[in-house]
Amino acid sequence: MDISLQQVGYLYAKDSPFEKRALQNVTAAIPSGSYTSIIGHTGSGKSTLLLHLNGLLKPSEGVVKIGDTMITSQTKGKQLKDIRHRVGIVFQFPEHQLFEETVEKDIMFGPLNFGVPKEIARDRAHELVKLLGLPEDVLQKSPFELSGGQMRRVAIAGVLAFKPSILVLDEPTAGLDPRGRKEIMELFHRLHETENLTTILVTHSMEDAARYSDRILVMHEGTSVMEGPPEEIFEQEEQLHSYRLGIPRSVHFQRKVENMIGQRFGRIALTEEMLAQELSVAIERKGERPC
Amino acid sequence: MLEKMIIGRYIPGNSIVHRMDPRSKLLFVFLFIIAVFLANNVASYAVLLGFTVFVIALARIRPYFLVNGLKPVIFLIAFTLLLHLFFTREGAILFEWKFIKIYEEGLRMGIFISIRFLVLVLITTILTLTTSPISITDGLETLLNPFKKLKLPVHELALMMSISLRFIPTLMDETDKILKAQLARGSDLSTGSIKERVQAVIPLLVPLFVSAFKRAEDLAVAMEVRGYRGGEGRTRFRQLSWQTRDTGVLIAFVILVAVLAWVRK
Amino acid sequence: MKEIASMHHVTFSYDTEEEGSSLISNKALDDVSFTLYEGQWLAIVGHNGSGKSTLAKLLIGLMFPSSGEVNLFLESLSEENLWEMRSKMGIVFQNPDNQFVGSTVQDDVAFALENNGVPHEMMVKRVHEALEQVKMTDYVNHEPHHLSGGQKQRVAIAGALALQPELLILDEATSMLDPQGREEVIEIVKKLRTEIGLTVVSITHDLEEVLLADRVLVMNEGKVLMTGTPHEIFQQGTELESIGLDLPFALRVSELLRDTGVELQGNHMTEEELVNELWTFHFSK
Repeated sequence: MDISLQQVGYLYAKDSPFEKRALQNVTAAIPSGSYTSIIGHTGSGKSTLLLHLNGLLKPSEGVVKIGDTMITSQTKGKQLKDIRHRVGIVFQFPEHQLFEETVEKDIMFGPLNFGVPKEIARDRAHELVKLLGLPEDVLQKSPFELSGGQMRRVAIAGVLAFKPSILVLDEPTAGLDPRGRKEIMELFHRLHETENLTTILVTHSMEDAARYSDRILVMHEGTSVMEGPPEEIFEQEEQLHSYRLGIPRSVHFQRKVENMIGQRFGRIALTEEMLAQELSVAIERKGERPC
Repeated sequence: MLEKMIIGRYIPGNSIVHRMDPRSKLLFVFLFIIAVFLANNVASYAVLLGFTVFVIALARIRPYFLVNGLKPVIFLIAFTLLLHLFFTREGAILFEWKFIKIYEEGLRMGIFISIRFLVLVLITTILTLTTSPISITDGLETLLNPFKKLKLPVHELALMMSISLRFIPTLMDETDKILKAQLARGSDLSTGSIKERVQAVIPLLVPLFVSAFKRAEDLAVAMEVRGYRGGEGRTRFRQLSWQTRDTGVLIAFVILVAVLAWVRK
Repeated sequence: MKEIASMHHVTFSYDTEEEGSSLISNKALDDVSFTLYEGQWLAIVGHNGSGKSTLAKLLIGLMFPSSGEVNLFLESLSEENLWEMRSKMGIVFQNPDNQFVGSTVQDDVAFALENNGVPHEMMVKRVHEALEQVKMTDYVNHEPHHLSGGQKQRVAIAGALALQPELLILDEATSMLDPQGREEVIEIVKKLRTEIGLTVVSITHDLEEVLLADRVLVMNEGKVLMTGTPHEIFQQGTELESIGLDLPFALRVSELLRDTGVELQGNHMTEEELVNELWTFHFSK
């Protein structure tokens, strides 16, 4: 399902002394099947934007289009539930939403709300626990007995369980240790490929944005300011800098070497693997034509 | 709706009312609440209302926000007015239609009680709008200090109050986040039977309690390692200072009471 | 060199009641020893569940070891001297929200001073100085929910500094922050190290913090897996990866370069080192 945002604006606490503008004139297109990263400095409006993607916030101005459904300030609650079934959000620190007596019940909560029959919901819970690399006996345990990393996985399973076709991830690895971070990011990458998902990742990590996504949307002061594939976005170091954003470390390193040898590499090194490859190519070329 | 509510919230500012000592404001509000009951005729209620408007002007609060923020209370006031209209049966009948009879005394009482209620809500709202919660706590702690002799744990109460106040926005944010997460999982709070709605609150309450306890635990540890061992031997960073304008507040109160006493029946 | 803190053969077990109601002890820490000297920065690393947070709790006297000894400022830490010891150290915890006691920035910084009965005038002076050290003087009257995570942690550091501590403990203080917040906090700690020579223990899985330390203690399954300078530690590249830790960027790229057949002389921890080697041996020829 395609998502499009047309001149979306949002005012927090409209008509009160606490009124604050959070979004202004956000226009963007997220094609079906893409893996889009939304990057932006803290307070750039990316979290507010994310809440518009499944109607948790309705735009004060403009239109959010998800598939064929339009969300405007006038949209009523009934339509929103249908959208929420199709758009799953994994919030930051999702383990804070666990509440059921057992892991199994908690994972089934979403599917049951959206009218999935109990048997199917239970089967999904069992599948997901395996998929997420949790031990099977975890299903009958209380989610509050688990370790932090396990709770995170259960919470993620609770969103995957209702099979959304669009998956929105808000800093899904915040607070995890390096191994946990990598495992979770690889998992979402795999799911994106196998389940044919449209994935939207809100992240502070330029490395993750560069490695996993095929599109990037840059937010700054409540507005969408750049949009395009990572190769193009991370070329524009100075512009990103003006939005108080950096470039991935591999690109940073690449630029350093390029400046040193006075010669550009063939392509931008979005990952460390690409960087190593480009470096070895450059070294080889140097060896062939000694000066 | 909730984010527009104005009762109990603080809007930073620099008006003379903002700058007053919390003790004088607290004392004033306390005394004013008693003084309101002196009013018993049109003139004395007019004096009360006039005085309140004067204070609002001094505090430089936009009336538009006040009206908007107090909507739920205005509804309550209207309800009180109607109760009095229909159930007081004294004086001459002003209006009669089928079984509904409205008496003169009912109208009079209804309006008076409504004004009384409105004036009380306005004055206390102005107190909270112009005084930061922590100042209110400081003021209360100092004002209640004499009660320490009666074994009232004044310091502990004040600390509890200030920590609760400090965590209100944090827990509000938290509630909002959990609510959104559960809504995103298809939870529905606005439809269904009463039983269903009550059940729908559980996914919100359980995580909220879990998180509040976790926070309380962390906070207790943080306080302990920073050397907190109760009120004994503690010094205070915050100091209050009583200014001329604070004495002025109390003089204004005496004048108000004098005028009320003079115009009342 | 003056000793600030040390642990000698510290073991700690949690008793958990398992089915069949027999008591099973889980060793969260197993024979841990180390010594920290004045002016040093010690990083304690390990993945979640490696025992590093238990170690932190023992170091600040929230729990006492099952066996072995914890020394602070050359005295054995016990129930009796706990409060005195705590007045000499500052601790910053993981969650920025859950350690902010005061209603405003300055109230929070003053909290420990109030507890220790510091007179008002001195308190005002110290609060101001501490806020200057963490560059938060513009925020004295701000309430916590109007601050970013990084700013809250800086306030927490100020709260510790106000006591003029001999030891600052950062217990995963950066793990919940965004990259900018993390940088802010690390900058401040670096500055404090050079300006006032503060002794620091940071419990972390953040690599930047590890690289800044003088000494590193790697924890795994409750034991000290290895200890040494960051350079010595990161020589053990693959072993660190196998226990779930990350390697510095330059090291990872070096490994990848070797995989593609580029010969490198040494293991490089910083980008500068790697760039220099590439230049000297591959590009400038």
